[in-house]
Amino acid sequence: MSASNTSTISSVGAPSRRNTELALLVFAVLIPVFAYANVGLAKDGSLPAGLLAYGLGLGLLAGIAHLIVRKFAPYADPLMLPIATLLNGMGLVFIWRLDLEPSLGKAMAPTQLMWSTLGVALFVAVLVVLKDHRILQRYTYISMVVALVLLIMPVFFPGINGAKIWVTIPGVGSLQPGEFAKIIITVFFAGYLMVKRDALALASRRFMGLYLPRGRDLGPILVLWVLSLLILVFETDLGTSLLFFGLFVIMLYVATERTSWIVFGLVLSAAGAVFVSTFEHHVKDRVDNWLNPLALVNGGVTETAQTMYAFGSGGMFGSGLGQGYSRLIGGIAPKSDYILATVGEELGLAGLMGVLLLYGLLIERGVRTALAARDPFGKLLAIGLSGAFALQVFVVAGGVTGLIPLTGMTMPFLAQGGSSVIANWALVAILLRISDTARRPAPSPAPSTDAEPTQVVRTQ
Amino acid sequence: MSELTLTVMRLGFLAVLWLFVIVAVQVIRSDLFGTRVTQRAARRGADQSRPPQQRQQQAQNQRQQPQNNRQRRGAPTKLVVAEGSLTGTTVALQGQTITLGRAHDSTIVLDDDYASSRHARIYPDRDGQWIVEDLGSTNGTYLDRNRLTTPTPVPIGAPIRIGKTVIELRK
Repeated sequence: MSASNTSTISSVGAPSRRNTELALLVFAVLIPVFAYANVGLAKDGSLPAGLLAYGLGLGLLAGIAHLIVRKFAPYADPLMLPIATLLNGMGLVFIWRLDLEPSLGKAMAPTQLMWSTLGVALFVAVLVVLKDHRILQRYTYISMVVALVLLIMPVFFPGINGAKIWVTIPGVGSLQPGEFAKIIITVFFAGYLMVKRDALALASRRFMGLYLPRGRDLGPILVLWVLSLLILVFETDLGTSLLFFGLFVIMLYVATERTSWIVFGLVLSAAGAVFVSTFEHHVKDRVDNWLNPLALVNGGVTETAQTMYAFGSGGMFGSGLGQGYSRLIGGIAPKSDYILATVGEELGLAGLMGVLLLYGLLIERGVRTALAARDPFGKLLAIGLSGAFALQVFVVAGGVTGLIPLTGMTMPFLAQGGSSVIANWALVAILLRISDTARRPAPSPAPSTDAEPTQVVRTQ
Repeated sequence: MSELTLTVMRLGFLAVLWLFVIVAVQVIRSDLFGTRVTQRAARRGADQSRPPQQRQQQAQNQRQQPQNNRQRRGAPTKLVVAEGSLTGTTVALQGQTITLGRAHDSTIVLDDDYASSRHARIYPDRDGQWIVEDLGSTNGTYLDRNRLTTPTPVPIGAPIRIGKTVIELRK
């Protein structure tokens, strides 16, 4: 007997994973429907009337998005769309659940459903129109101008709840341009850093273990720092300025591989935050609330403490959907900024961790896309978009759980807010486009002309 | 709604949510380890000329073979490439001679600049003891740290080094 069993290891030809995505999508639609039924049973003792319509609506949105991905981005990552759908669906359920509390003002779930539909429409449009993400590279400096305009615009409009981040169009509603600026400025950073990264990485002196860049290379980061401080001062919005500065530092670090940028970034943002929080009234309040949550404000404890109570009463496994008391949070935005408190109370630590893990998975897929992308622009764009998403999740979740002072930002997909949900669907669409390009198997080489049989040429 | 139903739904929802997370992680896992390990009956040369039916029989014989081997305790059952470009490749030891080298008809085709085309062979002697023999290679075959000059018995787990490739016999 002289046969041998040999095992060989071969890489699997990149599967498109679209069927995996479809299965996960069905799962991702069923979970919010279950939650919706659960809320109805807990609040009224009967299944809510809109159950079928809601389920079909969400299923239809997910189905259309899936078919478009199947057609236009067949090799895209299979996880991003289901996770985004699940988060959006859960957000709708939570907003509807808070609508059932009469003390929290008018119903917002129908509008949010409309915004989600618009978001999916933009998702579809991006996938259909944007055939290749490298097209965006042509618009590097245009996108810088557009992003700056979007960022500066809210200064000229009246602030809402102390923060000037809205643009109000009479008759239509208000818009948060910062959410869109987030994507557009990432395009600019990616295009700019791709060209400048060698100058930033190599032309530097070493000083005390840190690479000090030349003054003229330091220019852009200082300009960005001043700009984010200006946002902080004039729009009194801690979240947006943190997001933009953090985004720039992340992308600089990824582009140049120099740890010194992180140190610079942290020092500059700490200095900026301390400086502004000492002088700016609105920001100072937030910091005070964060430092002394149990201080008495208007005859009660601060919102920060109230959210802590909500998390505490939720405990390990939560009070159950529809059975929490998050209506007692006296905040101004229980359906947007504080929606995580409701999640924490009604689903408990276990549920909150699950939701945060979903965000983590979405970000991980984004970073994974950046690793897999073959072109430097796509790499930087993917890391920038997932970085912006991660920063936003961190700023909101950190603010609500009391890790950092609360800032007015929305939890992507989960929280009520039209601009946020639309912008984040577009963000996911761009990530899917990059991941489709990255995961697409390389085309087989064209048959060589030399391979053809030699011909005899008679010269006489 | 009764308290019990709501409690069941509450825990059920958490279970479903976590199930989704776990399924998602499984999808990522299958993405990460995107390689396929195929077992193949690789007896080069003579094997290819046989009709498929006989091959099947042979495969059955192979399956029975380990049971016979198991009677002799302490004998190695497989050869594992521990270092080098073929890391992770295993070959089941079933009494056959294993040839190593860059030649295409070797049992393990080494993709190694320091290997000769017919570098070494590993075979069992009459007592079932596995022997490694250098076939006059340019850069030599090493067992532990000693360069081989004569056919030498291979203890289990001792590294056989050929160029950058390290091979071990394992149980």
